[in-house]
Amino acid sequence: MRWTEKSALYSFVAVLLFLTFLSGNVQLWAQATNWKQIPIPKLPAFNPAQPKRIELPNGMVIFLQEDHELPTIEGTARIRGGGRRVPANKTGLIDVYGEVWRTGGTKSQTGDQLDDFLERRAAKVETDGAADSTTISFSCLKEDFDGVFRVFDDLLRNPEFRADKIQIAQKGEYDAISRRNDDPSQIAGREAAKLVYGANNPYARVPEYASVASITRQDLEEWHSTYVHPNNIILGVVGDFDSAKMESRLREAFASWAKGTAVKDSEIKPEPAKPAYYLVEKTDVNQSNIEMVALGTTRRNPDYYAISVFNEAFGGGFSSRLFSDIRTTKGLAYAVGGGVGTSWDHDGMLRLMVSTKSATTFESIQALDQEIAGLPKNPLSEDEIKRAKDAILNSFVFRFDSPEKVLREKMAYEFYGYPLDFLENFQKQIEKVTQADVARVAAKYLHRDQMAVLVVGNSSEFDNQPASLGPVNKLDITIPAPPPGIVPEQGGPGQ
Amino acid sequence: MKSRVTLTFVVCFVLCSLSFSQDLASFEKRTTVKKLANGLTVIVCERREAPVFSFFTHVDAGSVQDPMGKTGLAHMFEHMAFKGTDTIGTRDYADEKVALAKVEDAYAAYLAERDKPVGRDEQKLKQLEQAWRDAISASDKFSAPYNNEFGKIVESEGGEGMNAFTKLDETGYHYSFPINRLELWAYLESERFLHPVMRQFYKERNVVIEERRMSVDSNPIGRLLEQFTEEAFAAHPYHRPTIGWISDLNSFSATDAQHFFDTYYIPSNMVVTVVGDFKASEAMPVIEKYFARIPSRPKPDERTTTEPPQNSERRVVLHEQSQPLYLEGYHRPDYRSPDDQVYDAIADLLSNGRTSRLYRALVRDKQIASDSEGFTGLPGNKYPHLFAFYALPIPGHKPEEMADAIHAEIERLKKEDISDEELKMIKTRAKANLIRSLGSNEGLAFALGLNQARYDDWRELFRSVDRIEKVTKADIRRVANQTFVPGNRTVGIIEFSGPPPDAAAAPQGGGQ
Repeated sequence: MRWTEKSALYSFVAVLLFLTFLSGNVQLWAQATNWKQIPIPKLPAFNPAQPKRIELPNGMVIFLQEDHELPTIEGTARIRGGGRRVPANKTGLIDVYGEVWRTGGTKSQTGDQLDDFLERRAAKVETDGAADSTTISFSCLKEDFDGVFRVFDDLLRNPEFRADKIQIAQKGEYDAISRRNDDPSQIAGREAAKLVYGANNPYARVPEYASVASITRQDLEEWHSTYVHPNNIILGVVGDFDSAKMESRLREAFASWAKGTAVKDSEIKPEPAKPAYYLVEKTDVNQSNIEMVALGTTRRNPDYYAISVFNEAFGGGFSSRLFSDIRTTKGLAYAVGGGVGTSWDHDGMLRLMVSTKSATTFESIQALDQEIAGLPKNPLSEDEIKRAKDAILNSFVFRFDSPEKVLREKMAYEFYGYPLDFLENFQKQIEKVTQADVARVAAKYLHRDQMAVLVVGNSSEFDNQPASLGPVNKLDITIPAPPPGIVPEQGGPGQ
Repeated sequence: MKSRVTLTFVVCFVLCSLSFSQDLASFEKRTTVKKLANGLTVIVCERREAPVFSFFTHVDAGSVQDPMGKTGLAHMFEHMAFKGTDTIGTRDYADEKVALAKVEDAYAAYLAERDKPVGRDEQKLKQLEQAWRDAISASDKFSAPYNNEFGKIVESEGGEGMNAFTKLDETGYHYSFPINRLELWAYLESERFLHPVMRQFYKERNVVIEERRMSVDSNPIGRLLEQFTEEAFAAHPYHRPTIGWISDLNSFSATDAQHFFDTYYIPSNMVVTVVGDFKASEAMPVIEKYFARIPSRPKPDERTTTEPPQNSERRVVLHEQSQPLYLEGYHRPDYRSPDDQVYDAIADLLSNGRTSRLYRALVRDKQIASDSEGFTGLPGNKYPHLFAFYALPIPGHKPEEMADAIHAEIERLKKEDISDEELKMIKTRAKANLIRSLGSNEGLAFALGLNQARYDDWRELFRSVDRIEKVTKADIRRVANQTFVPGNRTVGIIEFSGPPPDAAAAPQGGGQ
């Protein structure tokens, strides 16, 4: 494997040498005056090393990826079960758990003792909670692996959710709640998700003082004992180690760990808000955050490839239509873009966004409207499609240009049950996408009359009154007051 | 337990320094520097992990160089560097050039009337504005069909992470390409600084004004930082915002941007660093072939006013609808100071991870803040700047409590030596952080290029760890006592002023 890689590289270098030699001999005036004259040799074949997949009899899946460039080792265990399984009245549990799992320490050592041990070695062991999973990860210099791995293993199997650390985590959550209306783009992101999934949907709801206050040590212990079983875990390790030795080390650590109940996520039904205009009044800004949103789809959808090309061409980067029309030509925005969102195992968000001065709020909404309405008559051209496909295909190598990225991709496929050759297949599928495919998915997913339009802004400065567009629903983002005794009386826990 | 920890620690220490020196040796072998005849410095560094490369173009001019009355110009030019050249982004440059010159004439005429202190003729002003807008429309005919062609070429050829930044100290441009686009990149990146064209300037200026609204006007922390920095620096250009004041943004011209480019984007102000999958001996000639074309120009006068010593505390208090924040900063010397690494050591001790002193005092023990750190390099570090502290009070706590708790930690630094273990931890982390930073093309290009630009030697990236190795407990006490004194302090506070007033009753906005 390594050999073919190298020889391909050398032949490429020979080509490069040849070209350099040629151009080195011509006169300065004869240098390329047009970028199209510059030769682009074939990219050398590149077959990055694939991680070794090991499945222990207890169901734990391990990926080992050697990378000897630097004397470090890193690992992440991803555990099935996340915030979307938390009951609504405990929202925030996954965040508190994600912090206290680490800060609380283990049965034999406090979190503070672990901090001292790890920081002296410039090592990290960290935990986190997300919507669909929780993670525990480590990072260390390779000579510290044994000690750091012991901490990792101990936290994985014997955490102690100490009360003092639960209290600190809760206070941190209260702080985040109190600050959540300070930044307009944060408000826009949060409220847009509520419009798409429903305010109380697990993909949109946010922690409140009361829900965080109700979280107990027992909740955290129960969460851990319910989900942290070997058959719910995918562990990936990357770095400067010998795979055979690492495998035996991990087998020794985890083989005797007994199976537990497997997690089976049930489907969560989105409850989108009705398509309409929604306004969050923010009097201390001079710019509006505008979001047009609806439900997107998943990456399992066969339309995913045409959608990827559409997104790149329509709202993706410097080359996209939205950027060209709304930023470059009209000068209306610094931030503009969007597309049909695709998540791994549930529908993502279709989201078009633009931030513009208050006085061009309506002009910008209309500009986005025109972009959507104009698509049937003025579909993305062959040229735009080619550019988008080239952008995806020519930059494809950056999806796997480090061993760590290769590992991360494989772990994601394993976690969501995608074929392990998903990435290779992605490239082939993108190549096949045609202009007609892109026009079809645009027509299928972009329906202006099914989108909610959210504006976070200072309506007194708008270029038109919101009501001129149709019925406007004012969203109240006042933060519900904390239960008595949670937060000392003072200046204000929020607006 | 304790003694075993120390023993392991010593072992780790030896091993760390071993791998560290191996790194420098390995970089000596795969890194080549060449100063071209025109004064431009090229660094190529071989990293043959995957068939890709990243580059970083460092321009040793930033918003500190903005002319008086033209704040934001360095950043504005950075946006213009994406607008193409005389061959990229135009239908016919010869005619476009004439049309763009007319835009400038019309804008100058409009400004002359607009900015008349007395006797402005409103009717005439309207006509002049219309004439300017018409001239823009005429010039757009050449470029509109080729909007963003430069970026389109980079993206469709597989460019990844194309972006740029402007700081007070410098300006940087960067992206990554598959390795077979090395020559294409050398052409594009050199053309960009050989034949930039100030097309679509006034629309892009509106885009930049939107960037200001987003990052400063509509963001309470952005508002505080702008006011705070302005207060802390009275004489040095660090008091001016990189994004620019609104009246300057509404005044400077394409001619001004071209002039800024002509003055500061000279080859001897530029370091181009390329890291990736090539042989240095083969990549260097390709890069030289294209970048050698940029004509050398005389070094501009880059003297700046030295900030005089501060001898009384300054305060900025913003009353906002948002939650409170506490910030304070102390003047310190620039990055060339022999104490530079002492400041780095203090920042690490105070802020790095859960063993850091500020975390332990304010977040863990007193439980009055959700986050608190001390850091250096505000608002830049090329010139004398600030070592700053901040804390976010948790609900029920006030900025003054943050000040008291931070000052208690500062007093401790001044009066007590830090422990042996703390000092070792700082040094171990400096080495480990360096090692971890060497594993990506982008990160390496940035670090090598910046060190070359600042010290005229990329090896300083590695030597900085040697220098932190020499920091003593006495150094930390000495520097803390010199720096952290009340008269040298500027304080910035966001006070919560209550929930927003009823929107209908109180129209209000921060800026234009």
